[in-house]
This record gives sequence, structure tokens and C-alpha cells, in this order.
Amino acid sequence: MVDARFFGDGLTYINPSELKGKLIAVEGTDGVGRSTHIELLQEWLEVQGYGVITTGWTRSNLMSKTIEMAKAGNIVDRWSLSLLYATDFADRLEHQVIPALRSGFVVLADRYIYTALARDFVRSADRTWIRDVFGFAPIPDLVCYLRIDVETLALRVIETTGMNYWESGMDLRLGTDLYDSFKKYQSLLIEEFDKMAIEFGFNVVDARKSPEDIQNELKGYILPVLQNHKPVVGAGRGGT
Amino acid sequence: MNEPHAITTASHPYPGKLIIVEGIDGSGKSTQLQLLHKWLESKGYKVFFTEWNSSELVKETTKRGKKSKSLTPTTFSLLHATDFASRLYHHILPPLKAGMIVLADRYMYTAFARDVVRGVSAEWVRKLYAFAIKPDMAFYFKVPIEVAISRLLRGTRGQFKYYEAGMDMNLSPDLTQSFQIFQSRILTEYDKIVDEFGLLTMDATQDIETQQELMRTLVSDTLRGYKPKRGTYGRRTLFWRRFDVHKSE
Repeated sequence: MVDARFFGDGLTYINPSELKGKLIAVEGTDGVGRSTHIELLQEWLEVQGYGVITTGWTRSNLMSKTIEMAKAGNIVDRWSLSLLYATDFADRLEHQVIPALRSGFVVLADRYIYTALARDFVRSADRTWIRDVFGFAPIPDLVCYLRIDVETLALRVIETTGMNYWESGMDLRLGTDLYDSFKKYQSLLIEEFDKMAIEFGFNVVDARKSPEDIQNELKGYILPVLQNHKPVVGAGRGGT
Repeated sequence: MNEPHAITTASHPYPGKLIIVEGIDGSGKSTQLQLLHKWLESKGYKVFFTEWNSSELVKETTKRGKKSKSLTPTTFSLLHATDFASRLYHHILPPLKAGMIVLADRYMYTAFARDVVRGVSAEWVRKLYAFAIKPDMAFYFKVPIEVAISRLLRGTRGQFKYYEAGMDMNLSPDLTQSFQIFQSRILTEYDKIVDEFGLLTMDATQDIETQQELMRTLVSDTLRGYKPKRGTYGRRTLFWRRFDVHKSE
């Protein structure tokens, strides 16, 4: 991250020029296969000798339990929900991502702030606030967006994990049942992601393609970012 | 993307009244608010009390984070904002909409002072709270740091707590000294906030009774014209009993 920058009002106590690693985010709605592709990318990068860490949404030590509790109770208002995600993100950012970037690692982020932005946008007319909240997030070196249409997505989710309350946006009362609600909610999310893809310059990958094609396309986007970025000597499982 | 927010400067549209107190630890603000609470209730007002960092959802997390000392200035700030959002939604807005008087021990100004001293951007933390509503009255209990320290050490609280003393900032290995440096910086921030948001400054070195008398006079002025809803007066006890709801007054 040679010219590392923050989205808004940054972390005043962190010097962005210290962040020598690369930050790569993989975005997309639920069920597009993000985590599978991130696993494959990690393996591929480590074989080449890059130090890699991955970080995933709501996986922080501090917050994962709290977010589960909040969701289980369904008591959360829009602000609290967005702020819980922001806290989780900040905790992972400062305890995992920034230290890794300082040491020159490649950080693969399974979802980034765009997920939080999309979720907040579909719940509110005020589009400024949530962007301000996430102002402290560094702008990634690369964002790959696994895009899928809602019809294919619905089938995939039913076949695998099944539809759940939050992925269906049931708190928004968009449809009469889980299926209707899921489709309406995910359509709105996809719409928001499409808008952000233009605004923030995502690299859009068609998630309906075969896993091999998707991997190759992702690698094609990642390679130029890693040019002039030497592997960390001795770091990472594949590096030795 | 970076337009200033008007939300925190406009008055709220609800029939109730929101009165808040601010000040460092040991300024006596909580004592004053308690006395005001008693007085308002004795006058027949319906009053709801809420305090900083007390929502069920966030309390446990904050406690866990403080215990493991893993909180950063940003997560510290975000957790408190989450707590505030949750309380605003569940505890502050409903009574205000119902026409009650809401008393808040600390409000967003606490974050503006404390989080900025911890190192987050002053602009960022103000934007974070853009969803908050402006209180009808905001009291700031101004006290010199020495007075606050002597009150706290004489009191029942015993030792200063780790985060309360700003020990996470490595200001001094000595707890009392760290508290002094940290809280002095907070006082400086409060001074800026008083001007920026027009808080009413109270001389917190005065006698408890003197301060309370002034506070009651000022609150009386603000409440002139405020008509609490009569509602089910007289039959109220019966009404609540029927639904077996805990009586808060």
C-alpha cells in the first residue's frame, strides 16, 4: 500500500505509509463462494512465497459473540447493528489487518466495509452517516466483487445452507415469507453493490462461472497488484 | 460525502424533555442529577433516567474488552457509540415521544471529550453521533482536577479504575498521576465543547445545595410551558396492576 489512504477521517494515531503489505478485499452477497475462493487464493499465494492472512466479517475476538447475541434477540435497531459491525471491523483492523500490513503481508479480506455500507443503505435514506462511521478504514489495493443474479443465488442458498432470517432481511418486512423476503432483500443489496462497483472501481467477476474460471480471473486481477511486492522471506506456510 | 451534519444542532420534535449532565469523574454531576430526579418526581412529573454505557447489549462486551485490555481508541469509541445508539432507540426516544422527562447521566459530549483525548479524530467522533438528538438542557459541571481527585479518594470508590485513569495511554505508571494527566486533558476538551455546543456551565466547587438550587431554577424556566400528559391520573395504579408491570415511580 504505497499511497495508503483512508476513506474519511482516518486513524490519526496510525501512519499509513508504514503499511507495506497489500490489502485485497473479496466482496459479494451471501452464498457466492467468497470463502472458498479466498482459501484457494491463500494457498496459491503461499506457494509463491507470500505471507498471507485472511480476515472475515464478524470474526473479531471482541465482537463475534456480541453480534450473535444481538442477532439472536432481534432487538437491534439500524444504528446499533451498523455500529456493532463497525466495532467488529475496527477490532480486526487494528489487531490483525494493520499489524499484518505493517509486516508486509498480503491480507485477504472476506468482505470489507462495502458489505456494511450496502446493508445500511437498504435500511436507511441517510447515506452519509455510515460512510462517515467507516471513515477510518484504509482503501484496499484491490476489490474483487463476485457478482451473481438473485435467481441463481436463491437456488444456491436453498441447496446449501438454506435461507435464514438475517440473510433474508426479515427485519425489513419486505415480503410475506422467507423466500419473497430473501429475493427482495438480496436484489436490493445487489443493486447497492452494483452502484458501489462503479463508484469505487470494483473488479467485477461473474460468480456463475465455473470455480476454475473464477479463480483464474481473480488471479489475473491480483498479479499486477503484487508486482514490485516481494514475498516475505520465510513467512507463510508455503514460503519455506 | 463530508457535509456537516445539522442533526446535532436542531431541536428534537418530541413532546418530552431531555436533560443531560456532563463532567469528569468526581465533578458531582451524578449527585446533582439524582437530586433533580427526586425533585421532578415530587412535582408530579414522569421521569425516565438513563446513564452512559449501560445497555445490556454492549455492557458485557465493554467489560470483556476492558478486562483483556484489548480496546483501541477506535473500538472504545465505537462500543460507546453502539451503547448510545441502543439506549437512544430503546430508552430515550420512547419516553420522549410519550412526553416524559428524560434525564441522562452523560451524553455524546462525553465521547467528544474522552475519545478525542484517547486519539480518535475530533471530526470523526462528531459524525459518528450524527444520529443523536440535541438535549433541551445540557449541564456541564466544571471542577478543577485537584478537587475531583480529592473527592474521589475520600469517597467510597477506592482506587481509580484502569480506563478511568487513562492507564491504556501510558501517561504514567502511577494510577493517580495518570488519572490527573488524562482527566486534565479531558477538561481542556470539555472547555472547547462548552462553546461549540452551548452547554450550561455549573461551578461544581460550590456546595451541593447551592448547585442544586440553581439547577432547579434553570430547569423550572425550561419547563415553563411544558405540559406533562395527565393520562390515567388517579386510575394509574389500577391500570398498571392489571398488566402486572413493574412500577418505576
